[in-house]
Order: sequence, then structure tokens, then C-alpha cells
Amino acid sequence: MSAKPFLNIDHVDKVFPLGKGKEYVALRDVKLEIRENEIVSIIGHSGCGKSTLLNMIAGLDTITSGVILLEDREINAPGPERAVVFQNHSLLPWLTVYQNIEMAVKKVRDDLNAQEVKEHVMKYIDLVNLDHAKDKYPGEISGGMKQRVGIARALSIEPKVLLMDEPFGALDSLTRANLQDHLMRIQMQTGNTVVIITHDVDEAVLLSDRVIMMTNGPEATIGEILEVNLPRPRKRLELQHNEEYLRCRGAIVEFLYSKFAKHDD
Amino acid sequence: MPFKWINAVALPILLFGVIIALWSTISEKIPGFPPPLEVWNELIVVLSDPFYNNGAGDQGIALQLLSSLKRVFGGFALAIAVGVPVGLLIGMSKSAQTAFNPYIQILKPVSPLAWLPLALFVFKDVDMTAIFVIFITSIWPIIINTALGVRSVSEDYLNVAKVLQLTPFERVFQIILPVAVPFIFTGMRLSLGIAWLVIVAAEMLTGGLGIGFWIWDEYNNLNYSHIIIGIILIGVVGYILDTIMGFIADYFDYRKRGRV
Repeated sequence: MSAKPFLNIDHVDKVFPLGKGKEYVALRDVKLEIRENEIVSIIGHSGCGKSTLLNMIAGLDTITSGVILLEDREINAPGPERAVVFQNHSLLPWLTVYQNIEMAVKKVRDDLNAQEVKEHVMKYIDLVNLDHAKDKYPGEISGGMKQRVGIARALSIEPKVLLMDEPFGALDSLTRANLQDHLMRIQMQTGNTVVIITHDVDEAVLLSDRVIMMTNGPEATIGEILEVNLPRPRKRLELQHNEEYLRCRGAIVEFLYSKFAKHDD
Repeated sequence: MPFKWINAVALPILLFGVIIALWSTISEKIPGFPPPLEVWNELIVVLSDPFYNNGAGDQGIALQLLSSLKRVFGGFALAIAVGVPVGLLIGMSKSAQTAFNPYIQILKPVSPLAWLPLALFVFKDVDMTAIFVIFITSIWPIIINTALGVRSVSEDYLNVAKVLQLTPFERVFQIILPVAVPFIFTGMRLSLGIAWLVIVAAEMLTGGLGIGFWIWDEYNNLNYSHIIIGIILIGVVGYILDTIMGFIADYFDYRKRGRV
């Protein structure tokens, strides 16, 4: 690991006040350093605070104590250098695919002229292979396509970090596999730093350089960090019987269903 | 398929027959109650010269209706101009909602006729009074629906606005208004319906020109078939107004353009 981490989550706590002096400690002493160009996934049972952690990196949630630094600058508000892909895509339904991305580009890249904006938007529509659907409204395209637009919109503002909150969670498994392949291809092209929240073991291993395993709440924290030493580009078919793949998969399953099994909910 | 179409025409015609039969029975029982045929003949007379003008009290039916519509649109426009901004404010600010809510809840159920004497006293003018009464009774659905529309903006869209660091101005015009517009038009449609209800009652009391006063005048003239004609025309105009508002509302509703 390099001396200076790109994204540094330093002793972060998250406490929700419950009123009447009571409080709920969601996250306790979370410490994580993320390198540039790295794909990291955060996995854990529901209620482990993984989405809260992502929202704090995004600046959408406040940090109770500790600090999150991006390139040594403290994060305390949302900003376009940390683009978020939301689970339910959150495209604006009154805008077309093109307009959804254009709106983000126009706001963040006010240095571009009209022609450059157009080229920029088309570049990212092209990146997610959606040229044919650029004039469609979100209501007219499939869930997988919507999520690709969400990814294109997030990437179009050229963020330093791409934050993805269970980006493929609402999709069927075939569409999900397709989008995972898209994401890996795009990340190899753009070299983005990516943080993905997931509860899918295979997704975590397939996509990540490192898998961050969270313990259960309350007072959830990082339990183990797993290095996935698989070369890229990764092909899901070839990984089926790959020893390293199976080792990583086994380690996560062991963590989630033995060490930190969750029996309630 | 053709059977369905025949049904769509035949059933209302069948019911029309029942209504006419009932009406005829009533007119036989109550001396002076105009039978359907008499009303029909009068309707032709009234509609054949809708624009005649014999001075203040005696004008054609179209002029009466237009005069009512002018007041309705005056009050309605005022209600939109005030109601939409107030609704936006209430929807976006919890404090504004807390401040406004008790007054909205208390003033909303007040009958338009209760406002009338106060308005007459203040304005001492028939038109201004009618416009004010329409304004004050039709503004509530606009305020309430606009605020509802603003509050229905999903947290996800607002998060998008936060990540992109939209200014408050951009947030209103790029995120909140597109979501709220269909709600605002629903409010406007309800509001226009109320305004058309109110104008008839208001004109009966204020007098002058207008369909409400026309009906009252014909009552005093013992011209009962004109009262029924008035009722039918008020209904038809109200239906046309509602249909037009419905078209406009659909046009501005992104959900109705195959977009979900």
C-alpha cells in the first residue's frame, strides 16, 4: 500500500440519537484506506451499516466522530468528485436518457461549450452501449438499462470516486451478470476508484481488488479485509473453478455465515 | 367489439328515456313545472340568439355565461398566482407549514356565501366581490396539492441534486417543479370546479349580469323552463371546463406521456 491513501476513512463512528437520551451506535471505529484505481466492495448482513458508511463517504450522511479524507481533503458535504450510483437508479423520469446525463454534465462541467457537452454526453452513453436508447425516457427502458444510465451519469461528471450502493441489487441475476461485466470493462477503461456496497458474495469476489467484511450492528465495524488476487480482465466462466476465486468465496461465506452469522430478521 | 360500442351508446339513451319519463311525471303532478318538450322548445329559442343585447338586464345566454366565465377566470387566475407560490413554500419549509396549516384548515371549510357580505362591504363592487369570493374559496386545493406535490419529491432525486451541488434555484426548477406540476394541475382542476360552483351562488346574491343571476331573474319572472335550461347549460359548461383542464393537466404530466 502506498504511503498516502487516496480515500482515508479514519476512526469513523456513526451514532443515531433515538431521543430521550438514548442512542444507537451504528458504526464504531471504522478504519479503512482505499487506494487510487482500486475496486473495493463492502459486504455484510443487512443492518451492518454498510449503506450508512457509503452515505458518509458521499457526504449525504454526517459523521459522528472521526474523519473521512479524499486526497487529504476532509469530506463534510456531497460533491461531484464523489458520484453515487443509487440502488434504484434515481433517474429523473421527465428527462430522456440523454437529458439525464446532460443535466449532470452541464452542472458540473461549466467549462464546456454546447458542442463539447454533446460530445461528452455521447461519450458516456457510448461507454454503457446505450446509443440506441438515448432519446428514450427512463419509463421506456428496462431496469438494467436504467442502471447503466445511472452509471453513465455518475461517470460523466468524472468523479474521483464512484460510490455504488447495491447497484445491481434490484436486478435479476442475468441482467446483474451483464452489468457486472459492463462495470469491469468500464473501470478498466476509465481507471476509476470504485466503492461498491453489496450483499452478494460472488459479486464481491468477481468485481473487487479487496473485499471489506463488516460485522453485525450495533457497533458494527470492519471484521476482515480480503485481498482478491485475480488478474484482470476477469471472465466469470473461467473463474468457476479457479482456486483463488474459490478461496475468496469460501472466506467470505465463512465470515458471513459462521463467524458473524445472523439468525434474526 | 361492436356490441361494446352499441352498449356505450344504447345505455345512456336508455337512461335518458327513464329520466324524460320521470320528468314528465313530475311536471304532470306539479302545476306549472315545465315538461321536457316545452324546455326543449325554449332551449332552441334561447340558443338561437345567444348574443342579443337589450341593455343591462336583458342579454343573450352566451353573454350571461361569458360574463360569469370572466369572473371565474379572474378569481381562478388570482388563486393560481397566490396559491402556487404559497404551496411551494409550505411544501419546502416545515416552518411555513406549521405557520400556515391552522389557517388553511380553518378557512378551507368556510362557505363562499359567508365571505360574500364581507367582500361586498369591502369592495362595494359586484365584479370585485365575485372575483374575491372565487379566489378565497378556490385557492385551497391549489395550495394543498402544490404542497403535496413538493413533498412527494423522492429523497433519491434530492440526493441527486445534492451530489451535483445544485443551487436552491436550480433545485426548484430542475427537480421539484417537474415532480410537482402534475399535482399543481390536479389542484387547479379541483379549484376551477369549485370556482364554477361558487359563481352561480355568488351571482344570485350580487345580481347584475351572469348565469347565476339569470337563473334567479327567471325565477322572479316565473319562467321555470329557463331555470332548467340554466341548470343544463351550467352543467355543460362545467363539464367542458373540466375536460379542457384535464387535457392541459395531462399535457404537462410527464407520467402521462408514456414515461412512467
